[in-house]
Amino acid sequence: MRRHLLGLFLALLLAWPAAAQDRFASALAGLGEGFGQTAEVVERLGALGDPRAIPLLQALQDGQLRRTPAGTVLLPDGRDAATGQPGDATGAEAVRINNRVRQALRGALGRLQLLSPDAEARRQAAEAVFRSPAPENVPLLDAALAKETDPGIRAQLELALAASQLRADDAAAKRDAVARLGTAATTEARALLIEARAANPDLATAIDVSIAAIEQRLAVRRAVETLFQGLSLGSVLLLAALGLAVTFGVMGVINMAHGEFVMLGAYATFVVQELCRGIPWLAPWSLPLAVPAAFLVTALAGAALERGLIRHLYGRPLETLLMTFGVGMIIQQAVRLAFGAQNREVTSPSWMQGTLTFPGGIAMTQNRLWIIVFGIFVLLLVVAAIRFTRFGLEMRAVVQNRRIAATMGIRTGRVDAMTFAFGSGLAGLAGVALSQIDNVSPNLGTGYIIDSFMVVVFGGVGSLAGTLVGALTLGVVNKVLEPYAGAVLAKVCVLVAIMLFIQRRPKGLFALKGRAAES
Amino acid sequence: MTLRLVLAGAILLLALLPVLNRMPAESALHVSDFVVSVSGKWITYAVLALAIDLAWGYAGILSLGHGAFFALGGYAIGMHLMRLIGPRGVYGHPVLPDFMVFLGYQKLPWYWLGFDHFPFAILMAMAVPGLLALVVGYLAFRSRITGVYLSIITQALTYALMLAFFRNDMGFGGNNGFTDFKELLGMPLNTPNARSVLFYASLVLLVLSLWLCSVITRSKLGRVLVAIRDAESRVRFLGYDVTQHKLFVFVLSAVLAGLAGALYVPQVGIINPGEFSPGNSIEAVIWVAVGGRGTLVGALLGAFSVNALKTWLTTVAPDLWLFALGGLFVAVTLFLPRGLIGLFTKAPK
Amino acid sequence: MNAAASPAPAPQPLLYLDGVSVVFDGFKALNSLSLIVDPGELRAIIGPNGAGKTTMMDVITGKTRPTEGVVRFRDHDLTRLDEATIANLGIGRKFQKPTMFDALTVFENLELALKAPRGPVACLRWVLGGGDRARIAQTLEEVGLTARAHDRAGVLSHGQQQWLEIGMLLMQDPELLLVDEPVAGMTDQETEHTAALLVRIAGQRSVVVVEHDLEFVRALGSKVTVLCEGALLSEGSIDHVQNDPRVIEVYLGR
Repeated sequence: MRRHLLGLFLALLLAWPAAAQDRFASALAGLGEGFGQTAEVVERLGALGDPRAIPLLQALQDGQLRRTPAGTVLLPDGRDAATGQPGDATGAEAVRINNRVRQALRGALGRLQLLSPDAEARRQAAEAVFRSPAPENVPLLDAALAKETDPGIRAQLELALAASQLRADDAAAKRDAVARLGTAATTEARALLIEARAANPDLATAIDVSIAAIEQRLAVRRAVETLFQGLSLGSVLLLAALGLAVTFGVMGVINMAHGEFVMLGAYATFVVQELCRGIPWLAPWSLPLAVPAAFLVTALAGAALERGLIRHLYGRPLETLLMTFGVGMIIQQAVRLAFGAQNREVTSPSWMQGTLTFPGGIAMTQNRLWIIVFGIFVLLLVVAAIRFTRFGLEMRAVVQNRRIAATMGIRTGRVDAMTFAFGSGLAGLAGVALSQIDNVSPNLGTGYIIDSFMVVVFGGVGSLAGTLVGALTLGVVNKVLEPYAGAVLAKVCVLVAIMLFIQRRPKGLFALKGRAAES
Repeated sequence: MTLRLVLAGAILLLALLPVLNRMPAESALHVSDFVVSVSGKWITYAVLALAIDLAWGYAGILSLGHGAFFALGGYAIGMHLMRLIGPRGVYGHPVLPDFMVFLGYQKLPWYWLGFDHFPFAILMAMAVPGLLALVVGYLAFRSRITGVYLSIITQALTYALMLAFFRNDMGFGGNNGFTDFKELLGMPLNTPNARSVLFYASLVLLVLSLWLCSVITRSKLGRVLVAIRDAESRVRFLGYDVTQHKLFVFVLSAVLAGLAGALYVPQVGIINPGEFSPGNSIEAVIWVAVGGRGTLVGALLGAFSVNALKTWLTTVAPDLWLFALGGLFVAVTLFLPRGLIGLFTKAPK
Repeated sequence: MNAAASPAPAPQPLLYLDGVSVVFDGFKALNSLSLIVDPGELRAIIGPNGAGKTTMMDVITGKTRPTEGVVRFRDHDLTRLDEATIANLGIGRKFQKPTMFDALTVFENLELALKAPRGPVACLRWVLGGGDRARIAQTLEEVGLTARAHDRAGVLSHGQQQWLEIGMLLMQDPELLLVDEPVAGMTDQETEHTAALLVRIAGQRSVVVVEHDLEFVRALGSKVTVLCEGALLSEGSIDHVQNDPRVIEVYLGR
């Protein structure tokens, strides 16, 4: 692709008419004879659109363009800018620039680089031209548009063209520009139109129509982006709540150290990353490696907690709550002493960085997309583990009737330990995901644990479907309320809403009914 | 009976502290300002512990949000103390507290009106926690949210309040809360005199709360509460409106916590949103668990002993304190379900 | 058979259930059940496990809301009232599994059950009067727990707990007593005593007894209702239902 562009560019160079060369050489007159004249030369070169001006202007910008007393302009490599032949450098001095020249340089370079073979340079140039609209840009932009193939850059060019046309005197072109801006979906286009409305009272109706069209598209985009952010927050909550759905929902054990398990998972991710740092080919894959590592670490911690402490408190939920809270404090303090209280940074691998832009200007950050994917993956994992494995079968048997399960030869103690380890391992997976979007610090878990419990209470204890719907609903509602109420009040509103909701359905959204719910 | 004697002795001993503080410094009986101010603080903690014990130990309502009622009481008196600063603030505004001048308030928000009167502030220190408990309790008890669900809801409540009070536009000083208090009831704070007065006020509150709680727990209401704790639905089938009884004790408990907070704030000289943090509430619950829930003396014993441990350990080995506190949670629930008091007494009610 | 002991039939039944159904997740725990209990009547209810006996009691006492049907106690629509209100209307219930307040003494358990104002403030100001004391003493005598009055209820034997439950029921002074399996865990002698007690009570109040022990039901000498799969199967004297072929098929004969 790049080579093609380069070829095109060279062909263009060769095809450049000889008259233009002369115009280029004559345009150089006056360069370095004072700031005002230098700026004029720069503007002339910018309007000319000759690609040879690019290295020259860049050299001028960097302070490396020299001028001999005879008026010859020398490029940094010693060639004469006008002829391209090596020139005589005796007595040459650097051409000095001031802010006025710098400003002219930015505009001129922007316009010239519209034709650069480098896509990123063209994108930046299009943005630069858009920011300094002028009627003389129009032919250049037309030329650039004729060749441009990248849709993103085209959109930016269209915008810049419309902006420049609005500054021109051509009424038809203006009307055309207004209509074209109406098909955009950016706040910049809207700002441009609002600005133009004051200057062009005759076009007011057309401009209003265009503004309305943009606003509609912006509203759709905002809605989609809010939905995406809500789903992203929801999948974070889902990840944190899935483990609770197993330990609290299935086993009825309330584990206040769950948040600390999430935190342990995040630290496991950090440790795996540090271990992989020394091995260059492994380093980009440290995050996928951290997934099983975090699961194992927290599952083991969970099994130890269940066998060592929690099982002595079965049937005493309030004591379990207090005891696990204490365990959480101990874990948190141990991590604080081991890793320090400051935030640890877990970097996202390159394939997770960046932003995806969808048609209509909808932007989504890649790591948040990945978290949604990961949340779905973990949910399916849980469903599969419960539905289709021997462990899941034994787990369901023990939950339904412990004594009969025991008489059928199921070792209920082992199943308890494994179920709890599984739920804790899920917390570790949540920690891996959180390490990508939040600071890894000893109190990482505390911020999520209350919301996660809300998800489980709201969705209905013991129901995975409830957990899913609860998490996504809370995520989206939070994000929808945020612009109106602010993040904090949104949280408070959600809490109050849950309390009122529980009035109507005390057992949550997906409540178990009948005798199973009574016991 | 001996327990009651020990309790009476301990309260008398406490009452002597400010007197001993006035003894000459070289006297063997002299106690330092630090001891008096720390004890005064602990007495308010003990009232909070009583409030939690009444709800949890007797009626089985484990609130993990009692710190919110304590903090609300503290904020109510804090507002009064802020109003009393008057023009002595850094910005010297005749009415507005410093943080409001800083945030560009033009006039006092409506909910600050009346707080320049001490009786009103004390009334609010009771009424605001009481009303909040009434609303939350009514919603929760009516829909029969019990056990850990109630604990989680109350924890979320104090968490939400903490987030709300952190906001500057709430009009409660945001992050920094209230501090730099000057005087209360015409006496400058931070003087031995003020310390003694606040200390005795706290002690009187403690004795009154103890008396009230003991009247309640000895009455038939106390027995109904224990019955609700042990078999809530059976109490319903006996014709008791469980919601009413729980609400009664929950609101009363919140009011006591609010009063404790109101006496705490002038003694420590600061109140900020950190008081709402869920960790504070649950720490107060563990005082009660350590002392022995379901006995009023246990609550007091727990509040004093855990806080004594905290004060000592945070000076000797600050890193160890959280381990010790976490260890207390584990040890008490596993090995001492009846708390320290269980070591001295036979099975309680 | 108990007609001699009961007053003249009242114009209006005390308890009236008509077409009551309870559905849990598609499972019909009660299927269009109808039942009428007259004032002062003693009624025995039998049926195999899962016949809906306990669900029926749950519906009457407000623990479970019926999916459809009419449940009336005198003029009150019980489907709209909560447990406490129903209990205060005069319906007392003894549970299948004895549930009392283990941390309280036998005496305190009876005191809580004693008919008296139930509000929190009333409870706070409550003073046990001489008359109340006498009533509790009388009930203690009746259920044979006088010697254990100041022991904690949690330490009683299963049979004694059954008696305490019955005692609490008596203290409530209800118009209608719902008694779920009162003689489980009792000796033969105690069973006889319980039957005699219930027959005596039935003179002044209505009593509905759910029981598996057919000898006990025979000793009650009352009208018997047989439930099966949530619906009424047969009703009449013990001899009548014991000879009903449908009853024999599902429950007695096998």
